[in-house]
Amino acid sequence: MITKRIIPCLDVRDGRVVKGVNFEGLRDVNSPVELGKYYSDCGADELVFYDITASFEGRKLFTDILTEVASKIFIPLTVGGGINTVDDFDRVLKCGADKVSVNSGAIKNPSLIDEAAKKYGNQCVVLSVDAKRVDGSYHVFLNGGRVDTGMDALKWVKEGVERGAGEVVLNSIDTDGVKKGFDLEMLKAVNELVKVPVIASGGAGSIQDFVDLFNEIPDISAGLAASIFHFGEVKIDDLKKRLKEEGILVRI
Amino acid sequence: MIAIIDYGVGNLFSLKSSIASIGAEAVVTSEKDVIDRADHVILPGVGAFGDAVKKLREAELFDFVKEQAATGKPFLGICLGMQLLFDKSYEYGEHEGLGLVPGAVRPLEGEIPENLDIPHMGWNGLHFTERLGLSPDKCDAFGAPTGRSSIFKDIKEGDHVYFVHSFAAFECARNVTAVADYGIPITAAVQNNNVYGTQFHPEKSGDVGMKILKAFAEL
Repeated sequence: MITKRIIPCLDVRDGRVVKGVNFEGLRDVNSPVELGKYYSDCGADELVFYDITASFEGRKLFTDILTEVASKIFIPLTVGGGINTVDDFDRVLKCGADKVSVNSGAIKNPSLIDEAAKKYGNQCVVLSVDAKRVDGSYHVFLNGGRVDTGMDALKWVKEGVERGAGEVVLNSIDTDGVKKGFDLEMLKAVNELVKVPVIASGGAGSIQDFVDLFNEIPDISAGLAASIFHFGEVKIDDLKKRLKEEGILVRI
Repeated sequence: MIAIIDYGVGNLFSLKSSIASIGAEAVVTSEKDVIDRADHVILPGVGAFGDAVKKLREAELFDFVKEQAATGKPFLGICLGMQLLFDKSYEYGEHEGLGLVPGAVRPLEGEIPENLDIPHMGWNGLHFTERLGLSPDKCDAFGAPTGRSSIFKDIKEGDHVYFVHSFAAFECARNVTAVADYGIPITAAVQNNNVYGTQFHPEKSGDVGMKILKAFAEL
């Protein structure tokens, strides 16, 4: 049966991974290639590279790095950040990305999802949503949770999937950075709404948080995190070993 | 040399890189003479079946691919490339396939339990359907393999590989060499004499995938 996926997310600025501490045996913790390889060897099921570069030169560096990653690491790669047009899809797919994640670019222009899904297939288009509770409902936020779009997150997810997104990453701004666990309530609501795989993001602080995620929402497809992996608080091989002990299906 | 057929669908960068990583030589090409000179051929593919057939025909490769398979050299279809090997597909209409492996491609929707996501996306275990226990790669009079398909000679029962698909091959039991459990047994790999197919992506399946590609390259 299909296994639950564990996905580390690497933020890349000007070709370098932004956060991170030293792992044993890793010479350059800020190298996307080295860190990606390390995670892959530890059992990461996919890697997400998020381009937080603003400049044109930085963007070029990112695609160069991506090419190097894709020529050395043979697990699925998702790329996000700065994806506003079908040309942006083309740019990163040519460098070896398998899936492309859209967020603000799709909010500004929802037909981007339709166009990309038609051209590259639904499986290629990941809808990433930052959501936060506002007056008893979930709103879609922009700019890392600073700007409220006023859009209803559940409606937006449903629309995005109908337009052709093949996967949804739900990042709860309410739990993001708090490290007290995933936003199970919000994730349940989204997961029940759509038939495509949903990836939980935001709030993981410990191995137990992943155990709770997969036990509480057995249909959820994957758990994504960044800093707890980069800072070594949770080691992916330990995490997967524990999930297996708990009877949760993982690839080891 | 391995020829990866380029007919304008999908991203062939990872496939080419993964073959380089196992120490084999691969060329991405749509040139018939290059494909003809290659001693192994890979038919890749992502996207829609109908589009892919159309593009193969436009590139005048549809019949050529069949001829290449008929030469007896090791031939591997990956993902949509595997689905193209079958007689027909019911993906948005009805389309004729290459007819290199008996069977048909149909949507997972309606076949798998309601609660499971579509696409079938992620890592799933391979379960071999070894037949008659003879040595690998022997085929019976109808092209169906007996024993374990030789592209799996270095991997273990239950090893995980990466899938992403919404359609799957059915009515091909004689030629199925591995299945994955997704509520029902999903056709994960097939073989008909020298023609191999994997629904999963070996080039995205880490060490296990590299072992499968290596075994294919060494055929």
